[in-house]
Amino acid sequence: MTPILASTPALWYLARGSGIVSLGLLTLTVLLGIATSTRWATERWPRLVVAGLHRNLSLLSVVFLGLHVGTVVVDGYVPIRWLDAVIPFGSSYRPLWLGLGATAFDVLAALVVTSLLRVRLGHRVWRAVHWAAYACWPLAVAHSLGIGSDNRQGWLLALDALAIAAVAAAVCWRLAIGQTRQPSSQLAPTTGSGHAHTR
Amino acid sequence: MRTLADVTGPTGQAASPDAPLGLPRLLPAIGGDGGATPLERHRLRYPEPPRPGRPREDFIAAVERSGLRGRGGASFPTGTKLRAVRDGRGAPVVVVNGSEGEPSSGKDKLLLTMAPHLVLDGALLAAAAVGASQVVVCVDGAATAALEGVGWALAERGGSDGLPVRLAAIPPRYVAGEESALVHWLNGGPATPTRVPPRPFRRGVDRRPTLIDNVETLAHLAQVLRFGPDWFRQLGTAEEPGSALVTLSGAVERPGIYEIPIGASLADLAGRAGGPPDGAGAVLVGGYFGSWLGADTASGASLCNSDLRRHGASLGCGAVMVLGRRACGLAETARILAWLAGQTAGQCGPCVHGLAAVARTTAALHDGHAGAGDLDRLRRWAGQIEGRGACRLPDGAVRLLRSALEVFAGDVWRHLDGGGCPAGVRSFPQRAPAAAPTQGGLPWR
Amino acid sequence: MALSRQLRVDPIACDGNGLCAELFPERITLDDWGYPIVDPAPIGPNLLAHARRAVSACPLLALRLDAPDRTRA
Repeated sequence: MTPILASTPALWYLARGSGIVSLGLLTLTVLLGIATSTRWATERWPRLVVAGLHRNLSLLSVVFLGLHVGTVVVDGYVPIRWLDAVIPFGSSYRPLWLGLGATAFDVLAALVVTSLLRVRLGHRVWRAVHWAAYACWPLAVAHSLGIGSDNRQGWLLALDALAIAAVAAAVCWRLAIGQTRQPSSQLAPTTGSGHAHTR
Repeated sequence: MRTLADVTGPTGQAASPDAPLGLPRLLPAIGGDGGATPLERHRLRYPEPPRPGRPREDFIAAVERSGLRGRGGASFPTGTKLRAVRDGRGAPVVVVNGSEGEPSSGKDKLLLTMAPHLVLDGALLAAAAVGASQVVVCVDGAATAALEGVGWALAERGGSDGLPVRLAAIPPRYVAGEESALVHWLNGGPATPTRVPPRPFRRGVDRRPTLIDNVETLAHLAQVLRFGPDWFRQLGTAEEPGSALVTLSGAVERPGIYEIPIGASLADLAGRAGGPPDGAGAVLVGGYFGSWLGADTASGASLCNSDLRRHGASLGCGAVMVLGRRACGLAETARILAWLAGQTAGQCGPCVHGLAAVARTTAALHDGHAGAGDLDRLRRWAGQIEGRGACRLPDGAVRLLRSALEVFAGDVWRHLDGGGCPAGVRSFPQRAPAAAPTQGGLPWR
Repeated sequence: MALSRQLRVDPIACDGNGLCAELFPERITLDDWGYPIVDPAPIGPNLLAHARRAVSACPLLALRLDAPDRTRA
């Protein structure tokens, strides 16, 4: 496929930059998603804000991801087709690393679509698909580390390390807290003697 | 084989000379030698039920005319339920509810142990009425005598009933006997209540219309179709005809299962059972799921819902517990609430948290560790808990609590802020069983 | 009144998250343990948007908005 536009440095920088931004937004989305599932909240960050931000940042990351995919395909510097963005491991350019990115894209598309249609699909279906978020993010990180032309740059490696550390810490915290389940039918509940939840 | 028309005549009048006159009605079906009535002897009085085929409109009409109401606690008109199941889509299933999770009630276990054929006949007649294709008899898994009784009876019948009748031992939990929980379990899930709609009469076991009736209800149904609806109405009241089995326990000399005409005087029954000589302190009507009546109210109360409802109570499953004057009603209430809190299915927050909080605070109140603030909290919680569970367990606990706070107001006041039972009053009730014997050991009188 | 809907919470699915009460305090309050008490009054057209937002915000989809004129089984 002949490129639609000739390659320009500006387009290439936009492609790489939008990729990095979308990864950053995706990382924040994952952190907020974990916070939502543990019902974390403070005075200035009530739960509706945490949940709402999680939703909005995920949509914003999809926008930047779209920009990233679009500019990469349109730019002629590397031979990547539209098809390679969604069907993984079929490209001629770095098939493995690009394929990881395409897989991450597919999973993210599934997450977003099922979330938008959540009320119609029902809780069980939505929840089953949403577990894949824990697969989506590592795929995106691996893609960024393996494919980028900047992957020798210290600042990119530092950003990725920060993102990995943050998500790893959040996951550990989530596991430590345990799942938010209904209390079992024991006589003593986990809350105190009937005092109200502080909100 | 005699048919229904042979014995009841075209107008439904009891033409049979062996229709019981007055009382007892159900209890003669129980073998005189203390064991279950064998099939042969049972068949001398009760003809074999017809094989189910197309629904029997005449059966349903007869039950409707009799005014028979469910004896499991809800007192829903049985004829109406039969009709609703018959009108459903698909071949219905009949479920005999012998869970009897109420600890202070033993009548269903008694019937299943001693008169299983009467109950099975009732189930098969109900199956014929609605055109059902199978019958499931559900019995509390811990009630070994009842399970054996039904097992023997089914073996005696040897599969001659014309449709599959199977016995199922259900988990011995209070909520397992709730309609939707029973259906949930029979469909392969846990014995916990499910969200409703659809109600079981529309879609239940295997998504088919399911008739769930209490053991005693079906025993009465068999008699209605044997001796006629007009005979059935000879006892009881106009709105609640017939007789009922009452499990009487507590401060009486002869606790056990009594058969009464509905509307009988509570005081008379207690007297017949050798009630406390200085009179009852209070009476719990309807079992753990019921409410307290004060001494004065109890002395004038009739055992029928139209009278009991005026006092905020209902007959329920017919369990009546008499509290002596020297027993502490608050202690008893705290114990029952603790038990109810432990029986939650654990699905609904207001029930799990609410019942635990209520039980804990009532116990603290009895121990003298509670103050006026706790009393207010109890009242607030009662308002918050009721109606907010998937089943009626929290509602029952709230009803018990409210009746206790009213009937034992004096005791509550005495126990506040470090007080306790006045001198001469024991903290433990006299002879109130902690749980009904699961061996069907409560005698019938 | 033809457009009023009924808001209901499924007590089995509900986990006491409380997001619904944050988003729709006009009709949803929390009990002492964090579980929603839903005002049974019908939701008029002026509050419908808030109700819908509360319904879609529930992580467990335990809040339901009944279709108008549905007869209960």
